[in-house]
Amino acid sequence: MAPDKNLLERWRAAEILLFGGSAGSFKILFRIVKDLSETFGKAVILVIHRKKNFFSEIEKLFAENSRMYMREIEDKDILKKNTMYIAPANYHTLIEEGGYFSLDVSEAVWYSKPSIDVTFESAAEVYGSKCVAILLSGANQDGANGMLKIRESGGLTIAQAPEDAEMPEMPRSAINNGGAEYVLTQDEIFKLLLS
Amino acid sequence: MDTAQGLISQAQVFELIDIVKKVHGFDFAGYTKASLKRRLTRIMLLNKFEFYDLKHVLINDADFFQNFLEEITVNVTEMFRDPSFYKAVNAQVVPYLSTYQHAKIWSAGCSTGEEVYSMAILMKEAGLGKKSFIYGTDINTEVLREARKGIYSLRNIKSYAENYQYTGLKGSITDHFTILYDAASIHNELKQNTLFSVHNLVSDNVFNEFQMISCRNVFIYFETFLQERILELFYKSLCPLGYLCLGSKETIRSDAFKSRFKVINQKENIYQKVGT
Repeated sequence: MAPDKNLLERWRAAEILLFGGSAGSFKILFRIVKDLSETFGKAVILVIHRKKNFFSEIEKLFAENSRMYMREIEDKDILKKNTMYIAPANYHTLIEEGGYFSLDVSEAVWYSKPSIDVTFESAAEVYGSKCVAILLSGANQDGANGMLKIRESGGLTIAQAPEDAEMPEMPRSAINNGGAEYVLTQDEIFKLLLS
Repeated sequence: MDTAQGLISQAQVFELIDIVKKVHGFDFAGYTKASLKRRLTRIMLLNKFEFYDLKHVLINDADFFQNFLEEITVNVTEMFRDPSFYKAVNAQVVPYLSTYQHAKIWSAGCSTGEEVYSMAILMKEAGLGKKSFIYGTDINTEVLREARKGIYSLRNIKSYAENYQYTGLKGSITDHFTILYDAASIHNELKQNTLFSVHNLVSDNVFNEFQMISCRNVFIYFETFLQERILELFYKSLCPLGYLCLGSKETIRSDAFKSRFKVINQKENIYQKVGT
């Protein structure tokens, strides 16, 4: 990765780091969970597509392996830095003015609940330029609108390079609609995360 | 499937809340704003409204309001949502209910009735079919009309079959329905134990005494102060040692209520009223 001053400066200034992941993103998310330190300095929110009745599996595995304090989001939880939040299955996760979460059971978006778009759009409204969003591998187009919204609100948006993703469609959708300001490979993403 | 939230500003949301309260008497001030904003955006997109169009019909078109009320509240529900919850009710609440000659259950915010009938099936399977009665309430008359019918599309019922299996109840969900073409109609004996009526948690009061209240995935739409007001209403509506069930992500956080509701199941958010 060519050292990009703009990227690094905005990365450092951000307070909220959001990840969107679907099919093919598990390995990279697991590595993120293991690698980010307890003094990372930002609040981290993971929105991952998964099947509703197999809830505890991913959450359990992540919680057992994370260095950061990890929590499945509950209604009205307050966003705090150095905490990793995972959006619960079968709910949409919204962020309220005032810095807390609210949940919503309304219709699935792109057949997904949690929907990445819903959380990203809501983060854009409240946190704008303080957001960094990273969209990983996936087989549908959820997340692309949310990325665009964050980018338009001055936030930093990064799509995993489609050729580097197991399922290229999700990051590619964000690149095609102009939602991805940067396109980085897994290795480049990790360099940034650990910089 | 546009979820764009930029159509309406925070200040405009407050303006509409004000109009709805003044013109229609419904108070949405305690609703969470991010969700309200999403719903309002959705209504605007569905009707191809600008903010001023929406404002105009809310003030001048009385018929539109019923439709608005239906769209502004979330009416997505499932039968046996969170199967582990029903399992827990069976193990931890049913033994208590069975000590009553006649147990009354309140499903608050019941929407189109799926939870009410799930509960009715659970009671029947526990042998309390003739000893229990379930009240379903909602602010929305239109969804209650659907609930009273007890007719669901077969496709929907089939999608709840997996939930049903996880609850550990015997047989299959379709055992409780009469199926005609693509419609599934809940058995009459189950329907007989239910009553649906309008009740607004924000403004209405105690209307009966219950052994169990279930209010799941309703608090997620309410700000903390409103949640606490409704907890007070639930406390007053429960008989001594009655049970309160909230959604799986909804916990009682306020210290004042923690001492009045004992945690029975932390994961499923089942509480028991203590004290009087």
